Amino acid sequence: MKRFLAFVRKEFYHIFRDKRTLVILFGMPVAQIMLFGYAITNEIKDAKIAILDKSKDHLSKRLSEKILSSGYFVLEDYLNAEHEAEGIFQEGSVKMVLIIGEDFDENLQQNHTSHIQLLADATDPNTANTLINYTASIIRSFQSELNDHRSLPLTITPEVRMLYNPNLKSVFLFVPGLITVILMLVSAMMTSISITREKETGTMEVLLASPMQPLQVILAKVVPYLLLSFVNALAILILGYYVFGVPINGSLILLLLECILFILMALSLGILISTVTHTQQTALLISLMGLMLPTILLSGFIFPIENMPWILQMISHIIPAKWFIIVVKSIMLKGVGIGYFWKETLILVGFTLFFVILSVKKFNIRLA
Amino acid sequence: MMSTLAVTVDNLIKNYGSQNALKGVSLEVNQGELFGIIGPDGAGKTTLIRILATLLLPDAGQAEVLGMEVEGHYRQIRNRMGYMPGRFSLYQDLTVLENLQLFASIYQTTLEENYHLIKDIYQPLEPFKNRKAGNLSGGMKQKLALSCAMIHEPEILFLDEPTTGVDPVSRNEFWEMLIKLKARGITVLVSTPYMDEADLCDRVALVQEGQILSVDTPVAIISRFPSKLFAIKSTDKYQLIKDLQAYPSTASVFAFGEYLHYTDKRAHSSERAPEQALEQELHQYLQDRGHRDIHIKSIEPTIEDCFMAFMQKEHKWSAP
Repeated sequence: MKRFLAFVRKEFYHIFRDKRTLVILFGMPVAQIMLFGYAITNEIKDAKIAILDKSKDHLSKRLSEKILSSGYFVLEDYLNAEHEAEGIFQEGSVKMVLIIGEDFDENLQQNHTSHIQLLADATDPNTANTLINYTASIIRSFQSELNDHRSLPLTITPEVRMLYNPNLKSVFLFVPGLITVILMLVSAMMTSISITREKETGTMEVLLASPMQPLQVILAKVVPYLLLSFVNALAILILGYYVFGVPINGSLILLLLECILFILMALSLGILISTVTHTQQTALLISLMGLMLPTILLSGFIFPIENMPWILQMISHIIPAKWFIIVVKSIMLKGVGIGYFWKETLILVGFTLFFVILSVKKFNIRLA
Repeated sequence: MMSTLAVTVDNLIKNYGSQNALKGVSLEVNQGELFGIIGPDGAGKTTLIRILATLLLPDAGQAEVLGMEVEGHYRQIRNRMGYMPGRFSLYQDLTVLENLQLFASIYQTTLEENYHLIKDIYQPLEPFKNRKAGNLSGGMKQKLALSCAMIHEPEILFLDEPTTGVDPVSRNEFWEMLIKLKARGITVLVSTPYMDEADLCDRVALVQEGQILSVDTPVAIISRFPSKLFAIKSTDKYQLIKDLQAYPSTASVFAFGEYLHYTDKRAHSSERAPEQALEQELHQYLQDRGHRDIHIKSIEPTIEDCFMAFMQKEHKWSAP
């Protein structure tokens, strides 16, 4: 036990004496959550629009005001004719043009119908879609305001509520994903690098020549990274909670336990990588290409798995991050208990055991 | 004198792919012996030491350390041996003291408990105990590595080229330490590319291209040098080599620092030509060739001369 503690201490010395390691361990998580929280966002704020109001009556002005006061849009310009729309799109700053048809109020009163045209710059299809959706929902609510004064027969009004993330905040999606990515990065990449570093500098040779069991060497490596990864997970949760208001609706203890499980899985994966590589560079490359990219792209963190072609959906099953993201979202956003994600938890346990057994088998008690 | 064997190696073969690192090596090391494995880079020294240190498995042949077979009993052997790899392999970002304490705890002991074991080696390092190992000089690094390898009182030490890249003063100090360790009864097996270090060993094995050329005491190896050896010098060294190579009775000529080492074909026939006559004849020949400041002296061969002789005419030498 004393031997084990001496090794854990040694590992902490390595970590705290290497500035690069420290930056990766603590700088990156904070930087990433700030980036994803503030800079990289799907939400639209203050999109520039132009309005062509052909009727210029009381009602059309009310509608324009309602749209502009929503907070999503700012007015760039009023247009006078339809052909101006083309030019203003080509200038590039305006994302959408709202055209209100002639005799807006009058048509509505007499014919119970009136026309509005929305033109959107679809060079960025996601933004165009979002803008159209926002505007359409504003127009719908405008319409129901009008209907309050009179009774229309047979109208179906869908009442939409976005559950678990009522304001559709993208940070709610990013925090669970980020925890996953960062734990993967810190645990798998850093352990695989630190073990291969011992191979590269030759210290592994001296350790092998000692009576120390390989398992002890590896365990001593794992403990510090387990602790540090856990601190990282806490930091992200705290930042998410206090800075971005991401709720933790379920049990915090359960969430932390699941985090530890995922960290263990990532650590054993890191050890496995280190048993098949000999230099820090290859370990880094395998970790980045083999772990980070699938974790980001195929886990459902950014792109929904349901929309992927079936082959990628199949691949996503063997990406542990996918299962962990499901678990984290269930706890944080849905607030449900283990009963709802025991399958995912078991899958993670399975991954961990698989990687541990494989690395123990692969671990060489000699040099070659 | 009969003593038990610390190491026995029998017909050891190791290949790396198509490269033959060891081509059937056999040797025995007595307990308490300071044994040198001497040969140039690529001779197979490191491979041999790694097999003995249980870090590599041979492809064929037997190797026993302290009476135990290296493959099956690696754990017991690792408990009782000390090992210093060729490259400095301690934690460069830990201090001298931290390294020592770490290695002490690996072997379930403490620095305080076993301080007496490494006192001689460690004392010159003690003023620098809070310095990072990476910032030590080459000589100090080797002393620290030896201290770490000695902290658990091993019965046998395997040192792979411990003096390579170390300044001459530190090299001498290091060998003095090895001799002291031997005096305490520890078997020391050390490899080195420096031929002059052979004289400090009890016995040496000369290795070349994965084969052992000879195993014996340095004195015995030198005594079996087959002919008379001359050191020759003149103003033009390059021309001197060319002229001596053209000389009909030249057996061998090698550059050794400022001198050339020369052996004569006639010198190892049974009716040895008198030394004086040989020298005079040679002097005359060189003078005719236009050399000036010619010095010729008869010298005692060194291990390196023996090594060269072994390499040049391995087939002519019979094993003892």
